[in-house]
Amino acid sequence: MHTVLQQLVNGLSLGSIYALLALGYTMVYGIIKLINFAHGDIYMLGAFWGYYVINQWHFSFWPALISAMVFCALAGVIIEYLAYRPLRNSPRIAALITAIGVSFLLENGMSYLFSSNVRSFPQVIAVKQYHLGSVTISNIQLLILVVSIVLMILLQLIIKETKMGKAMRAVSVDADAAQLIGINIDRTISFTFALGSALAGAAGVLIGLYYNSIDPLMGMTPGIKAFVAAVLGGIGLIPGAALGGFVIGLIETAVQALGFSAFKDAVVYAVLILILLVRPAGILGKNVKEKV
Amino acid sequence: MLLQVSDLAVNYGVIHAVKGVSFDVNEGEIVSLIGANGAGKTTILKTISGLMRPASGKIIYEGKEIQNKKSQKIVADGISQVPEGRHIFPGLSVLENLQMGAFLRKDRDGVKADYAMVFERFPVLKERRDQDAATLSGGEQQMLAMGRALMAKPKLLLMDEPSMGLAPIFINEIFDIIQAIKKQGTTVLLIEQNASKALSIADRGYVLSTGNIILSGTGKELLANDEVQKAYLGG
Ligand SMILES: Nc1ncnc2c1ncn2[C@@H]1O[C@H](COP(=O)(O)OP(=O)(O)O)[C@@H](O)[C@H]1O
Ligand SMILES: [Mg+2]
Repeated sequence: MHTVLQQLVNGLSLGSIYALLALGYTMVYGIIKLINFAHGDIYMLGAFWGYYVINQWHFSFWPALISAMVFCALAGVIIEYLAYRPLRNSPRIAALITAIGVSFLLENGMSYLFSSNVRSFPQVIAVKQYHLGSVTISNIQLLILVVSIVLMILLQLIIKETKMGKAMRAVSVDADAAQLIGINIDRTISFTFALGSALAGAAGVLIGLYYNSIDPLMGMTPGIKAFVAAVLGGIGLIPGAALGGFVIGLIETAVQALGFSAFKDAVVYAVLILILLVRPAGILGKNVKEKV
Repeated sequence: MLLQVSDLAVNYGVIHAVKGVSFDVNEGEIVSLIGANGAGKTTILKTISGLMRPASGKIIYEGKEIQNKKSQKIVADGISQVPEGRHIFPGLSVLENLQMGAFLRKDRDGVKADYAMVFERFPVLKERRDQDAATLSGGEQQMLAMGRALMAKPKLLLMDEPSMGLAPIFINEIFDIIQAIKKQGTTVLLIEQNASKALSIADRGYVLSTGNIILSGTGKELLANDEVQKAYLGG
């Protein structure tokens, strides 16, 4: 029993990181139907930003987290503006290939600038372990869970209650109708990239703290897993991305706990294949019928 | 003159959908543009709203050329559209759909008053204000699309086939409402395939055929016209 609980704690912390990343995938997909393959690399940029400001500018945790979110939001907006916007009316495959190109550019650019060595992330918060019965939970795990959940609630509030959030929803369901009521599509898309990238930036700093190590290729695997999480929950659906993230985190931890560590990535891809075969719209997805 | 379209041509790639169309709309009028499927009606409205750019020609609104303006500027200047097929926002509630209609407005009190006006005009929307707009019937969705457009407080309302696919009882109601909107001071450019209804409430009308205007006149004149009778009224 206690191992199950322990793995649940571990799985949820890891899952909340995937959830933060999956939200960015799903929001961008929802609004411009692009799988932004460079999204995992934004998370890497966030981790490097955190590394830099903590080491060089002696930022403490919160300023590092928030500035990483701002930095990544800007990076996301710039990438959309330079790389994806010119292709807005091109076939989707063109944007998709461009996204892969942006991903390579960020990975190799960062390797070139900062070398591809693995660095240890500065531990701005001393690790403490809490023992609740037989279950151990660290303050970092708690922090990851709490920060992720707070960010998800904030995101939900922004999307549900603010004007820009409503504009996002309007553009993602019907871009032409959104234009007809005066919504600026470009600005709404920029805002979407800013939100999604900010969450990825936060995830990057949190994972730095959790795993202690960062490198320019660190975004690849989590990026793909978060993408799987978004598909699993139902791509384009915000609650689906959060749910998918937690499920993938739990599956991965369970596979590890059962002693199949070597297969933990493979299992996630198997989940992708399975979901595409069995329920391509995802757990929360449904076929929307048009009314006449 | 509120709106003047002159020599407007619009293409989809190699398809010439609108081939040099001219017409105008005076303040306070209902002007109907009728024509068969594929005549180019929707393309004209999309171009007026700034969703498409003309190949040539001008669209002059309140004395200024708008054919190259962005759609949000055109809405801000007072042109709203009820698009063909309604295009309400599914997943947003009825109330949120109406709020979206007032997206560019900053006059909170005016917006509040307009909710009241819309709810009075469309009581069914008030009943269903918190419901997902996708759950409304076709006729109710049409009313929501009209209410949403009115929330922008337009001077000129463009309507693209508002009676399409509706039950007769709704059709009559929709045309009554269009007349009420006119009485309230909003100018209407009405596109319809239901020519008899559209012409009977119109001050003036134009007949569009494969991208060209082939006839124009008052609503009454066009209703009585032999060609119109034959082609559009089954007479
Ligand atoms: N997206 C499009 N791509 C290519 N051709 C189009 C497109 N939309 C409309 N058309 C063509 O343009 C012409 C006018 O269409 P439209 O303006 O929709 O007519 P209407 O609203 O009068 O039925 C038609 O021949 C139609 O096939
Ligand atoms: Mg049409």
